[in-house]
Amino acid sequence: MSDCLFYIFAAIAVAAATLMVASRNTVTGALGMIAALVAVAADYFLLDAPFLGVLQVLVYAGAVMVLFLFIIMLLDVDKTSHERRSAAKWVLGAIVLGATVGAITYALTHADLGAAKAAAEAAPATGTEALAAPLPHGTTAKVFGYGLFTKYMLPLQLAGFLLLSAMIGVVTLVRRPKE
Amino acid sequence: MPVGILHHLVLAGVLFAIGLTGVLVRRNLIAVYMSLELMLTACTLGLVAFSKQNNAMDGNLFVFFIITVAAAEVAVGLALIVALFRKRGTVRSDELTSLKN
Repeated sequence: MSDCLFYIFAAIAVAAATLMVASRNTVTGALGMIAALVAVAADYFLLDAPFLGVLQVLVYAGAVMVLFLFIIMLLDVDKTSHERRSAAKWVLGAIVLGATVGAITYALTHADLGAAKAAAEAAPATGTEALAAPLPHGTTAKVFGYGLFTKYMLPLQLAGFLLLSAMIGVVTLVRRPKE
Repeated sequence: MPVGILHHLVLAGVLFAIGLTGVLVRRNLIAVYMSLELMLTACTLGLVAFSKQNNAMDGNLFVFFIITVAAAEVAVGLALIVALFRKRGTVRSDELTSLKN
């Protein structure tokens, strides 16, 4: 059942991502991007990370893509500029796509993906090293929050500060200069 | 063949490659930026897959921070694009050549 779901969502993600890259209309591209992000969020659910799936839909497919659509509407880019079709460009794109997919697939099928897990289980951490040891995997928001507020407390504070500085930066960037 | 970590990683790789193609082929800065976001999402998919494989929460928490940073980055990037459009009247990367020569 979950195998079947994976193939469905993988097909949706790849098709929507291709639509995003290939479409000349930017709004169509943004809608394809939203579909791809929701399909990836569904994949997070299949990977036992439902909290991240929800976060992906809320933050990425929701807030970020609405911001994209808003800017597309504001600038009206499709009217001011037209993407010229050139065969050579798309041939180059197809070559890059094929080479990257080939290289990644080759590397993945020849790598020993279980090596890190085996090493971690062979030498369990003790004492002060236990602080740096991996947190046990869980699916609930509680496990998530525990990790964020213990081991990753400083990065969490820095992320909040980063959001504040981004907000100030955006206001400074888009403000019209005084006469 | 049952779906394992390899399938998820190959999906992440394919999405990354599609995003890379978009970055190289498209000339509209907003489309290029969306392709960049797709590459970032593909990377987070890989992190989540490895997090489950290694039975560790750290990969998931890292993805949380990546989503936070990406949201901030998109806001700043789009503000830059708006400022650029105001100044130059275009968002096509092949028309923004004032640094050439």
